[in-house]
Amino acid sequence: MSADDVSRAVRRMAHEILERNHGADQVMVVGMQTGGVALAQAIAEAIENIEGTGVPVGTLDATMHRDDFGLRPVVPEAVTDIPVDPSGRVVVIVDDVLFTGRTVRAAMDAIHSYGRPQAIQLAVMVDRGHRELPIRPDYVGKNLPTRIDEIVDVNDEGVDLGEMA
Amino acid sequence: MRQRGPHHLLSMADLDRDGIEQLLNLTESFAEVGERPIPKVPALRGKTVAWLFYEDSTRTRLSFETAAKRLSADTMNFSVSSSSVNKGESLRDTIETISAMGIDGIVVRHSAAGVPQQVTQWTEASVINAGDGWHQHPTQCLLDLFTARTHFGDLEGRRITIVGDIRHSRVARSNALGFATMGAKVTLVAPPSLLPSSLEGWPVAVCHNLDEALEDTDICYLLRMQLERQKQAVVPSLREFHNEYGLTVARADRLRSDALIMHPGPMNRGVEIAGEVAERPQAVIGEQVANGVSVRMAVLFLLLGSGLDVVDNNRIAA
Repeated sequence: MSADDVSRAVRRMAHEILERNHGADQVMVVGMQTGGVALAQAIAEAIENIEGTGVPVGTLDATMHRDDFGLRPVVPEAVTDIPVDPSGRVVVIVDDVLFTGRTVRAAMDAIHSYGRPQAIQLAVMVDRGHRELPIRPDYVGKNLPTRIDEIVDVNDEGVDLGEMA
Repeated sequence: MRQRGPHHLLSMADLDRDGIEQLLNLTESFAEVGERPIPKVPALRGKTVAWLFYEDSTRTRLSFETAAKRLSADTMNFSVSSSSVNKGESLRDTIETISAMGIDGIVVRHSAAGVPQQVTQWTEASVINAGDGWHQHPTQCLLDLFTARTHFGDLEGRRITIVGDIRHSRVARSNALGFATMGAKVTLVAPPSLLPSSLEGWPVAVCHNLDEALEDTDICYLLRMQLERQKQAVVPSLREFHNEYGLTVARADRLRSDALIMHPGPMNRGVEIAGEVAERPQAVIGEQVANGVSVRMAVLFLLLGSGLDVVDNNRIAA
């Protein structure tokens, strides 16, 4: 995926979010630290361009809700910022790559310690498969079939596929 | 950073500047947890921490307890006055007994310096020093560094003046080391009778005149006058101590407007600090207590949950 493909996908996902939720009224976008933060910002800007009104944007580090303590070193990478009460809102969790689904599971738990959203939806730039939990995305930039030992890199230049070191 | 087995926090000498920075950065994340409507995360679910307080404590113990509960750890309370210690059980037997029950962390406070270090030899659990004699109180230092950092950002070149009973203070030892490691300039102010017999190896300057020391200071750090030691007549009278070495209203008026007044608590109003001064906005004593919970969450998480190593226990505490 080139950078242009990524920005086209962002605009499409913004449209899909608005269509599905009948506008932007109750929508709140939350980017996963660290890969989903820029993407969440981009989706929020696209929504604002379409609707003319902004939506709240938050960032979330779900490290402390993970299930793999003791299996590998884990520390939070950044401070979480949920600017408004998510209760009654549609929270769209945004991440760059959806893989096992464990980060999303942790994120859903984390969001519930801030309030009870009316709904939680999931937007990802790349769905690479290999889910280990019953989680599916609502908005997808690109479905990218991968081997389990490959690495998906989403950056400013677009999306690249690499071999695991 | 490397992976490792159980590690300990015994002294500020265990942490280098990078380790402290990392811990304080992590503290920001845990401070955010404390602000959530539900201030609890499952990070230490299934871990058990035991408190071993052989000396009185209110804030440190409640602060650790709050921190552990916000991380979903289970806690085991051990009160010396109602335990087998009264039947003459030795420290070693006590440690081995509670370790046999399967615990992940032990938080120790003891009136003798070096006890936490000794405890590490009798248990597989991570040991955290919550104050040992006149030696060290690392989590107090970390919460003070965190508080100072939220006001000043980088501490490089900042001036901290530590005033009062240096000699009997583990807080002074930890803070002199910790603030110096972060690049601050540390000045100690005390009457000669309240200074340690030797300051060799301390990264500090010493001054006997408080007015002089406070002239350009960023932080005025007051220590608790240990009234229980007054019978040893270390100072002629508390009133004289207050006039010479206390933060009086007149001295507080002369502080720079952005300078902080800090105190580890519990305060003796009218001795090391004038009662009115403790209520000023510059006095961040309540902030210190609040930050204590976040810092202790970070310490518990790093030692028991993260699988990371920022604490270098190969270095022997000073």
